[in-house]
Amino acid sequence: MDAVITVENLSKRYLLGHRSGKQGVYRYTALRDVIGREARNFTRKAIDVFHGRQVVQGDEVEEFWALRNVSFDVKKGEVVGIIGRNGAGKSTLLKILSRITEPTEGRVLVRGRVASLLEVGTGFHPELTGRENIFLNGAILGMTQREIRKRFEEIVTFAGVERFLDTPVKWYSSGMYVRLAFAVAAHLEPEILVVDEVLAVGDHEFQKKCLGKMHDVASRQGRTVLIVSHNLATISELATRAVLLNAGTVELDGDVARAITTYLSHGAKSSVYERSAEETNRRPHVSRVEVITSNANGIHSFGEPLEVRFCIKNANLISRGCFAFQVFNQTQYPVLYAWAFHPQVRIATNEGETVLVCRFPALRLNVGQFYLNTYLRETPDGEVYERLDGICPFEVVRTDETIPWAWHPEACSYHERWEWTISNASKRESAPYIGRRSRTITR
Amino acid sequence: MQDVIIIEAGRRERHYWLDLWRYRELFRVLAWRDLSVRYKQTVIGVLWALIRPVLTMLVFTIIFGQIARLPSDGTAPYPLMVLAGILPWSFFSSGLSEASNSLINNAHLISKVYFPRLIVPTASVVVAFVDFLISFSILVLIMAWYQFLPGWQILVLPVFVLLAFFASIGPALWITALNVKYRDFRYVIPFIVQFGLYVSPVGFSSSVVPEQWRLLYALNPMVGVIDGFRWCILGGQSKLYLPGLAISIGVTAFFVWFGIQRFRKMENSFADLI
Repeated sequence: MDAVITVENLSKRYLLGHRSGKQGVYRYTALRDVIGREARNFTRKAIDVFHGRQVVQGDEVEEFWALRNVSFDVKKGEVVGIIGRNGAGKSTLLKILSRITEPTEGRVLVRGRVASLLEVGTGFHPELTGRENIFLNGAILGMTQREIRKRFEEIVTFAGVERFLDTPVKWYSSGMYVRLAFAVAAHLEPEILVVDEVLAVGDHEFQKKCLGKMHDVASRQGRTVLIVSHNLATISELATRAVLLNAGTVELDGDVARAITTYLSHGAKSSVYERSAEETNRRPHVSRVEVITSNANGIHSFGEPLEVRFCIKNANLISRGCFAFQVFNQTQYPVLYAWAFHPQVRIATNEGETVLVCRFPALRLNVGQFYLNTYLRETPDGEVYERLDGICPFEVVRTDETIPWAWHPEACSYHERWEWTISNASKRESAPYIGRRSRTITR
Repeated sequence: MQDVIIIEAGRRERHYWLDLWRYRELFRVLAWRDLSVRYKQTVIGVLWALIRPVLTMLVFTIIFGQIARLPSDGTAPYPLMVLAGILPWSFFSSGLSEASNSLINNAHLISKVYFPRLIVPTASVVVAFVDFLISFSILVLIMAWYQFLPGWQILVLPVFVLLAFFASIGPALWITALNVKYRDFRYVIPFIVQFGLYVSPVGFSSSVVPEQWRLLYALNPMVGVIDGFRWCILGGQSKLYLPGLAISIGVTAFFVWFGIQRFRKMENSFADLI
């Protein structure tokens, strides 16, 4: 069959500005340097404005290629999942395909009407009512008023907001808001649908409904779908083919399972925080943190051992030191707290570098994105030497067991081991629950 | 097969104007959204569109008519002449400010959906136009109060309304595009509006400007628009200075062309910069 999307050598460049690190031989910043630098920057900006170029802050301009020579074809009726790490170029690719931004080089040929869903509820206005927002959002997504009117009942029923149609959406609960927004999007009827991460919202039940709808769109109605998601379960369930992006280039294009395994195995099996070497700090500080995950790209499989390594540097001799860290989930809620202080144990009191390793024999956190906060202080309630926030992001996935529904970050924050006993009143006997697989008896 | 869309760098859409027509429904919906949101959570709502011109009219009549004792156009009552200037001026100034900030205000749309960007600033001028229509009823009331009947010239009024629209959209397109790149231009608008109020014949008649300066004065496109309004509304009492009008139209046309050209040049990079 014919290709409906042809991507040829697509590249996209962004310009990034930096403040140069070089401060000269002197440690302090002289006013004359500041004035000189600002004057140079101003002149450069003025010239940029004159030529209609982008103004870049800072005094060093760096090119960043979000996409580099990306080529692939999408055939009619295919559901293509696009996966890759943060910053691999997934979103940039979708933005180019939906004509929001233009490529720097290369081209794309699209045959058919495209609808892109880069966000649920684009253009929703809080002051307008549910009814008004359906028409507004529909028009923004490219539906005609006639189409919307025809499908209005369907949209309202799908979202389940009949009673609140004439209430401004600012009074809606976030769940209702998202349901309404997705309902409009789900009733789009384009030939090509481009979706980004939108399934990561709403309550569990509604997500299932959305997934079902997506299935419908893809398989029964035979439309072409391009989907980007962090949720590997979603990709493996929906997609018929996967494109794995890595640092702006296509690493693998083909089988979904193979793309996911490659994604999980290639690259460094850790997530690292490193203090830049230029910064000199004589106070005790954390110079490096490494979360060693079971899979590549900072992805950790549930139940596997997780190790976190901290390097603490200390130029001044201190008499006491204690260290603690927290693991936060994607809703910024702390789910784990680990500390290393004990009256008998001295931490970081030696000059030089101290390495602390914290090992969790089996990490039983539920799936989702996590990050760390660290606290380095004199005593548990003493002077704070250093505090780091939001470092070492990593992700927990479940590869040990598949379930007929998707794993959900919102379902809980932790999985305890369990044992079920099910007794049947009529037979008056009790027996341990035996699932389809014997290992589901106890976990 | 269906039409093929080609996405590549620096590609000027060949069907730009056709595309714009295809998205006319979005234009309507966005204008309707701006309108219906405008007076939500206000106590007196639409009355704002009436209070502002009336108060301005009173102040200008007292300052320019009573204290400075500037002449009116012919025998027309001073308040009426002032109001005939305030209406196009506030249409122009609110159109200019709405349209200039429109892209920034709709940043979430620009970065998430494709549509011809020209829709956003033009749709926002519609709000200013509706305010203008509401304020127009004040003019009718004041005319009735002075028992002042307009002549046949009133029929030409729509032409000048259109001219006011073009006078505001031209520079607005340029400024709104620049605003995306350089946020400094946000601060330029209030200044232009305030400054423009003094250099445009809003509180006084342009006949007080010495004859030899009038051609130069008409380089301000609002001079032509306001003179035209007065000519239409006050009937024969206000003389139309044709060379000046021609210059104002010329300047307006230049800005519309220039605005569209600059806007289209920068349009493709809006999503990256916003």
